[in-house]
Amino acid sequence: MTTGKVTGVTANLITVEVDGPVSQNEIAYILMGEERLMSEVIRVTGNTASVQCFESTRGVRSGLPVEFAGGMLEVELGPGLLSKNYDGLQNDLDKKEGLFLKRGEYTSPLDEEIQYEFTPLAASGDTVIAGHWLGEVKENWVNHKIMAPFTLKGEWKLESIADKNHYTIRDTIAVITDADGERRELTMTQRWPVKVPIKVYREKPRPFRLMYTGYRIMDTFNPLAEGGTGFIPGPFGSGKTVVQHTVSKNASADIIIIAACGERANEVVEIFAEFPELEDPRTGRKLFERTTIICNTSNMPVAAREASVYTAMTIGEYYRQMGLSVLLLADSTSRWAQALREMSNRLEELPGPDAFPMDLSAIIANFYSRAGVVYLNNGETGAVTFLGTVSPAGGNLKEPVTESTKKAAQCFYALSQKRADSKRYPAIDPQESYSKYLESPEIRSFLTERSGENWVADVLSLKNRMLRGKEAQDQISILGDDGVPVDYHVDFWKSEVIDAALIQQDAFDPIDRFASVDRQEYGLKVVKEICDRDFSFGSFEEVAPYFKKLINSLKQMNFCEFDSGQFKEFESELQTTLNEGEVA
Amino acid sequence: MQSRAFQKIHTKVDKITKATITLKATDVGNEEMAWVDERLAQVVKINGNEVTLQIFVGTEGISTDAQVVFLGKPPTLKVSDDLAGRFFNAYGRPIDGGPEVEGEEREIGGPSVNPVRRKQPNQLIATGIAGIDLNNTLVTGQKIPFFADSDQPYNEVMAKVALKAKADKIILGGMGLSNDDYLYFKALFENAGALDKIISFINTTENPPVERLLVPDLALTAAEYFAVDKNEKVLVLLTDMTLYADALAIVSNKMDQIPSKDSMPGSLYSDLAKVYEKAVQFPAGGSITIIAVTTLSGGDITHAIPDNTGYITEGQLFLRTDTDIGKVIIDPFRSLSRLKQQVIGKKTREDHGPVMNAAVRLYADAAEAKTKRDNGFDLSEYDVRTINFARQYSESLLAIDVDLDIDAMLDVTWRLLESHFSLDEVGIKKAVSDKYWQGGE
Ligand SMILES: Nc1ncnc2c1ncn2[C@@H]1O[C@H](COP(=O)(O)OP(=O)(O)OP(=O)(O)O)[C@@H](O)[C@H]1O
Ligand SMILES: [Mg+2]
Repeated sequence: MTTGKVTGVTANLITVEVDGPVSQNEIAYILMGEERLMSEVIRVTGNTASVQCFESTRGVRSGLPVEFAGGMLEVELGPGLLSKNYDGLQNDLDKKEGLFLKRGEYTSPLDEEIQYEFTPLAASGDTVIAGHWLGEVKENWVNHKIMAPFTLKGEWKLESIADKNHYTIRDTIAVITDADGERRELTMTQRWPVKVPIKVYREKPRPFRLMYTGYRIMDTFNPLAEGGTGFIPGPFGSGKTVVQHTVSKNASADIIIIAACGERANEVVEIFAEFPELEDPRTGRKLFERTTIICNTSNMPVAAREASVYTAMTIGEYYRQMGLSVLLLADSTSRWAQALREMSNRLEELPGPDAFPMDLSAIIANFYSRAGVVYLNNGETGAVTFLGTVSPAGGNLKEPVTESTKKAAQCFYALSQKRADSKRYPAIDPQESYSKYLESPEIRSFLTERSGENWVADVLSLKNRMLRGKEAQDQISILGDDGVPVDYHVDFWKSEVIDAALIQQDAFDPIDRFASVDRQEYGLKVVKEICDRDFSFGSFEEVAPYFKKLINSLKQMNFCEFDSGQFKEFESELQTTLNEGEVA
Repeated sequence: MQSRAFQKIHTKVDKITKATITLKATDVGNEEMAWVDERLAQVVKINGNEVTLQIFVGTEGISTDAQVVFLGKPPTLKVSDDLAGRFFNAYGRPIDGGPEVEGEEREIGGPSVNPVRRKQPNQLIATGIAGIDLNNTLVTGQKIPFFADSDQPYNEVMAKVALKAKADKIILGGMGLSNDDYLYFKALFENAGALDKIISFINTTENPPVERLLVPDLALTAAEYFAVDKNEKVLVLLTDMTLYADALAIVSNKMDQIPSKDSMPGSLYSDLAKVYEKAVQFPAGGSITIIAVTTLSGGDITHAIPDNTGYITEGQLFLRTDTDIGKVIIDPFRSLSRLKQQVIGKKTREDHGPVMNAAVRLYADAAEAKTKRDNGFDLSEYDVRTINFARQYSESLLAIDVDLDIDAMLDVTWRLLESHFSLDEVGIKKAVSDKYWQGGE
């Protein structure tokens, strides 16, 4: 084991003189009396290693002994990850003692005492490769596959496998041997370095299904693909976190992983409080049963914040290997980028734009590329869908993190300050936002199959109407209400109907916050019919009151259970208004 | 912070900059405090046996043979109930002529609360100001700043909120406070008969700016004592955090760090978050609520200081002078309390959420109508109604001199809506309007 001695400290950057080999990203521990401060090597020059410390460096001094761990930052993967609250380094926060986080206290991520009921899926004599499903256990309601280590090279033979019975994660459940007679005992867990993607699959095709979120502006207008990527930039207070939280409750995913990366502790506490109570709309099980939270809030050490997104991604990839659909949410990836910036500045690297590291774009692109839908070696399909938020400095989207992310992600959900100010939530800008999946042939054929021949064309036509409405509004504000033809008012108000009925959605209303696919199909149909109608008004002054009435009925419908009695009442009210319009 | 008798005295300084000195010393820890002649200093960098110290009052007149004594510990504060009613400087030394406070010595700027040990904040703080209680309801354990230009009466509004808030302790962290403002707070607390529950840590404009850096940590260490050890509801007032951030910038520039936006250190977000995230609700009942002031220059909230603050705090209260009514209001557009949904409609009446949103939406329509008017266009009849509504709404609810209880605020809003709009135009969920709407169709 390589050891060393501290030779310098600036904030959380520590220099260490080493007495043996060290590798980039190797984990080191600064020994400060009883406390072991975990750190990561980020630069080596001669026999000096620069390490970023994952803890407060208060009191660290020259001469302190350092131990190098020999490996990179790893997570432990196995049953028991779900329903856990981890910090960025996968310490189980619930196992930590006391009100305050104690420096140097590391807790085990999984539970060693639990007896899991193991059912074998492979038989002795089987050929085993990395990621092979050896068996499964029930983790909450999820069939958690026990897999051969992802690090396995080549083909191995399954010598023996445990019978259907109860075992702990430390018990041996399988023995494998390779051609040279090397023998390995396997347990239900394995370790994996977080910065390395898990690539134990046959193929990564283009996404071909949707990840439904329950938000119409996303699913209908700018759909996110299962295995796809998207991001939500927006100034502070514009609704990034609310969108992510709502999506985490409603999304059509098997597993949700939430990385609270350098944001507020109270927002995570909200999830802690709500998720054990709330139901997953698809399974009826409690939400926390399908959720893992990685929580490295803004006041927790900066270096661990950088690690937290990788920890979350690795856990996501692990569940993908089980043939599950994982949705990974990270709030906010800007805080991760800022952590990179702080370190890069301390290392006195040549700064790029806004003092971010020069390779920021590459780092972001690399991370987003870990998402994706995959065909596993056994033919099953798994996916990691990634949706991140970006917090642009000054709300200005022309800044390095937003621009780099835009290159890496396929969906862009831009939150607009103006919409947030006028409480048009979610404040996703209908003009600026886009999903490249709407153009993808695979997704188009999925949509045709699910929602009908005309679906994409209808969506595009309403998007077009939104643009027309915007143009009409601009003209009206330049030329005045009576300086434009009445049609301009009608165009504008049609876009207001789309906005009010399909784009706005109150995340805090128990009904409105989630729109099922059926409901979205119905909504699009109704609104499209209104938009395709010809109305004739005597003067511009008649236009607004008429459309406001339509909007009011549509909004009331949004607040009612779909197809309920009350819903139908407002539907017929809407119809009446429409019939009156015909006469007018 | 007394020096220990057996401590080694260093007398050879190798390097002096405007804010720091560097000397050779061994067995010195990061962030350790030291005396340099009569001045307090803190270790900010260690390179082999070279130690760099930041001297809070500055290095003017420091000579290469200055006496340097390391204290063997980071900055600390002695905490006990005797803190109550006292005024201290930025080092935690009494400035009110009273004795030193005895008590347990605690490191300031200590560790964070484990997120899983927090409780979700859910207790409403009523202030009587409708711009706050109605539109941006505050909750214990919240952290929220006033965003205000320097000519706005932010300290007055903050003090009013503090006295109304029914806190067990109010801790004032003054940074770059003018002497007048300091005396204002002192007199106000005295007159309110509240002095025994107030603790103040004060750095005025007469003190060196870098000293301010210790103020929030001192205030919050005292707050943690009362909130954790005594289960009290503590309200911490920090004014002005812009001047705190300026001090951070001074230090980081002196340390040759690469500045990021607006000459602020790249770590500004983390530095501010460390302060604000001390706001917490504990399950045992104690809480720390932080109300701060961030002064703006020319209303610019895209500047790095308000921008980073907004990304950290749970909303902001934006003060603006409404020229229509000639009063300072809490601007409903840029203001926000993110914890309001924890109490709105749960601790307050069911109509609170819908009626609040409807009024703000119509107020936004008024803003558009005003733009139209300013561009010289004719106003529609609806435009005129929204403008009339906006004036009355501003006058009877948004102005900071309003003092009502929350039910009254809701009733006032309904009556205003009824007198200017039809039910369709208001667009409120029928179940709610059925119950509260007294106007016509
Ligand atoms: N869909 C929505 N429905 C109703 N209210 C919303 C919605 N989205 C946002 N809001 C309101 O806006 C506030 C701010 O939203 P949120 O916390 O998500 O902002 P944010 O973009 O994450 O900000 P920050 O960058 O500072 O974290 C919420 O507390 C809520 O009051
Ligand atoms: Mg947020």
